[in-house]
Amino acid sequence: MPELSELWSPIRLTVALASITTVVLLAVGTPIAWWLARSKAPWKEAVATVVALPLVLPPTVLGFYLLIALGPNGPGGWIAGLFGGRSLAFTFEGLVIGSVFYSMPFVVQPIRNAFEAFGDRPLEVAATLRAGPWDAFWSVAVPLARPGFMTGAVLGFAHTVGEFGVVLMIGGNIPGETKVLSVAIYDYVETLQWTQAHILAGGMLLFAFVVILAMMLLEKRIGRPGL
Amino acid sequence: MPKTPPSVSSRRWAMFLAAAIASMAALGAQAGEVKVAVAANFTDAAKEIGTLFAKTAGHTAVFSFGSTGQLYTQIAQGAPFEVFLAADQERPKKAVDEGLAVPGSSFTYATGRIVLFSKDKGVVAGEGTLKGGKFAKIAIANPATAPYGAAAVQTMKALGVYDALSAKIVQGNNIAQTYQFVDTGNAEVGFIALSQIALHDKGSRWVVPESLYATIAQDAVLLKRGADNAAAHAFVAFLKGAEARRVKEKYGYGPGD
Repeated sequence: MPELSELWSPIRLTVALASITTVVLLAVGTPIAWWLARSKAPWKEAVATVVALPLVLPPTVLGFYLLIALGPNGPGGWIAGLFGGRSLAFTFEGLVIGSVFYSMPFVVQPIRNAFEAFGDRPLEVAATLRAGPWDAFWSVAVPLARPGFMTGAVLGFAHTVGEFGVVLMIGGNIPGETKVLSVAIYDYVETLQWTQAHILAGGMLLFAFVVILAMMLLEKRIGRPGL
Repeated sequence: MPKTPPSVSSRRWAMFLAAAIASMAALGAQAGEVKVAVAANFTDAAKEIGTLFAKTAGHTAVFSFGSTGQLYTQIAQGAPFEVFLAADQERPKKAVDEGLAVPGSSFTYATGRIVLFSKDKGVVAGEGTLKGGKFAKIAIANPATAPYGAAAVQTMKALGVYDALSAKIVQGNNIAQTYQFVDTGNAEVGFIALSQIALHDKGSRWVVPESLYATIAQDAVLLKRGADNAAAHAFVAFLKGAEARRVKEKYGYGPGD
């Protein structure tokens, strides 16, 4: 049997990366989704397109630009400089930044859909009850859009767990810092350590199955009319 | 200038075309193709050798680059390569043992050197750079799959700095990505192959003394899939020849067998 601690490190790291990314994405993605759902600006679909770009682009395109942007001559290098570093590439923080871009559409789109689904009516009612916009947002819009938030969070988390190409390009394969599950599996396969590869790959398969099944069951329950 | 009558011109064209087609067909009768898996450190040299090979032998060599370990895994899984240029002796031997390569066909085509490199002047100045450790990241190739990465680890261990530096190590997927890490400045220094920077004198470098790591003897082997391909045999022969040797020397490789 392979050392279990060796397998635990990428699992822990991946869960941490996906959790932090999801939290950041909910914080950043919600205002974007809200704006996309409510704005009448003619160029809002252009913004929506930018958000959706990672769906189409190969991860290598994102990885390439991130490598430059995170490097010593990019904004990432500047930020790293504030903390005494010189590059955000090959750091956990760099992976979070990359993952936020990479998984953004999976979080923004469901939340936007949910905001659009209930239309103007509930917000108008809230306004007649003298709820301010802030109050209406938190006590009316967010609860109504709950299924969208759940879907967005689950998809954002799962998609970040499944990230590979971007990490391979900006990660540097550092155990405990950037060597996430997908990269660890790749490494095990490339070095013919198939027992380890089997354990991790099988675990991922189970994880993906459970996530998608849970999503479908959730949607059935909370998507039911009248709820 | 008198104009050529159209009838003559078109007849000339027809003749030219016929000749071109005939010569292409003649070439096609002998011109073969050989698929070669090449360890990433040998990328530039292989391309140059491939061009010479096409000129001399009339065959085309199609290269796939990766780390030795990656390429070996692909070969073991049935990748259609016909010749394997590894960065070690272990994998070609293993290929023979596993029945993937033609027994007795392996030979050392080059010996490689590693270099500690920075793209900035004055950063690398001998082994003191490693002992001083005044850098945030040091790039090496993945030692499990890339022999040049393994040599880098041996060097750091031989100098007694491995434990101190291990937290600063970033691993490239192969030696090409490792060089990219250093060249983009994302890692200040890195252990790369001499061949990658042999043609220029930019940055600062320290050619690691060969006493600090086991010689990187790079073996080539004819794979079973190429056993009946004349182009594969021709490529192996060409790799041993004088023209190929000149290219290898230019890139800083030592002679093989």
